[in-house]
Amino acid sequence: MGEELVYLDNAASSWPKPEPVVRAVERMVREVGANPGRSGHRLSVEAARAITEARCAMAGLLGASNPLRVVFTKNATEALNMAIRGLLRPGDRVVVSSMEHNSVMRPLMAERGRGVEVEVVRCSPEGRLDPDDVKRALKRRTRLVIHVHASNVSGCVTPAAEIGRIAREHGAFYCVDAAQSAGCLPIDVERMNVDLLAFTGHKSLYGPQGTGGLYVAEGVDAHLQPLMAGGTGSLSEREEQPAFMPDRYESGTPNTPGIAGLLEGVTFVASLGVDTIRRHETSLAALLMDALSEIPGVRVVGPTDRESRVAIVSIVVAGMDPGEIAYRLDEDHGVLCRPGLHCAPSAHATLATFPAGTLRFSIGYFNTEEHIHRAVSALKSIVAKGG
Amino acid sequence: MSATPRSVILFESVTAAFMAEKVLKAEGIAYKIIPVPRYLSSECGVCVRIDEADAARARAVLEGRVAVADILPLRHEGP
Ligand SMILES: Cc1ncc(COP(=O)(O)O)c(C=O)c1O
Repeated sequence: MGEELVYLDNAASSWPKPEPVVRAVERMVREVGANPGRSGHRLSVEAARAITEARCAMAGLLGASNPLRVVFTKNATEALNMAIRGLLRPGDRVVVSSMEHNSVMRPLMAERGRGVEVEVVRCSPEGRLDPDDVKRALKRRTRLVIHVHASNVSGCVTPAAEIGRIAREHGAFYCVDAAQSAGCLPIDVERMNVDLLAFTGHKSLYGPQGTGGLYVAEGVDAHLQPLMAGGTGSLSEREEQPAFMPDRYESGTPNTPGIAGLLEGVTFVASLGVDTIRRHETSLAALLMDALSEIPGVRVVGPTDRESRVAIVSIVVAGMDPGEIAYRLDEDHGVLCRPGLHCAPSAHATLATFPAGTLRFSIGYFNTEEHIHRAVSALKSIVAKGG
Repeated sequence: MSATPRSVILFESVTAAFMAEKVLKAEGIAYKIIPVPRYLSSECGVCVRIDEADAARARAVLEGRVAVADILPLRHEGP
């Protein structure tokens, strides 16, 4: 085909990565390699330095004044499991939205099996979580409020600061799934009253896969049991897990090459500015939504106003299977996107797109207007042929 | 051997040691990250060596920014 691929699957994993990300990973593997901080020699020191820099950069992006509150994990899923399973005990109650990814819902269902009460607050058919509904759900004593910051299906953004305030007023811990927002939406954990925030490195932070983390607010660690224990390079003479941050939650050799790459990804985001990235992505998303809604039989799912969205555009096409369209887009047009349920069955039930799911286009900073035009004209020709 | 008196700053975690490095670098205090000498007991395997003359200033600039476990004079060991 020879034509440049049009990659519109950035919500699954962003691609391409900024060149410094690629170089940092390679350099860490090729030239540094050592175990960070464990051994004290020059290569070990250099590896530990990269991780510390990444921790500081990540804290800066999230508005956390103390970088030690940032724990690195292998992805958002691990971070969400640490938050949910570390915090909840039998008899606890948790309030969650109906727009969640399985990386929230499945650990919650496992906790339900252990005697945790899970109340699901229904979102609107656009995927909006109404803070008043959260308030009503909090009439009964609740340990945790958890929800997705930006939906991976509808792109809908949740008013996190407002819900954080409500959770705080009701004495509940507040956890945010920022897998689709960290890097493309402004986040300030301290101003938003966030107790726990899960992020993933490989989406809007432009890092490699296998990186992510959990922000743990001051004081929350006393309530949050670590899921794993092991070597940390500290307190080696003792056989109990250290109680201090971040070692309490970071056992074993970390993904140093990945985190070195993540540092460059976060640096890329910070140097452009989240607002600049958001402006670019939002204008492409608007272009895409406008063009798609002119195609007969196409319905764009989720909110129509730009401000309530990240650059994720899900559609349904009357009488056509999303999987079939995605296959044709890839095979015949080199346009890559994602069909189906996107690991979020409850979100699709909310949006009335269950069980067929949607066709999801997700935009990243490296996309251009040209990509949008190519995707739209490819889709038009597939829809015209009727599959 | 030129025997400039040195001190070591001890921390509870590797992360704290490297956070301290950033502060010392920004403040223009000369330092080196070294493994913790065997005769000392520390919670973390690495520490930061500085000139003893800088010890008070190092303590002051780290105050409130990075938790320091201890600052001790460094004894010369071995050959
Ligand atoms: C909203 C949401 N939460 C959590 C995740 C999980 O992220 P990861 O697969 O990196 O653990 C994703 C992405 O897959 C997501 O879109």
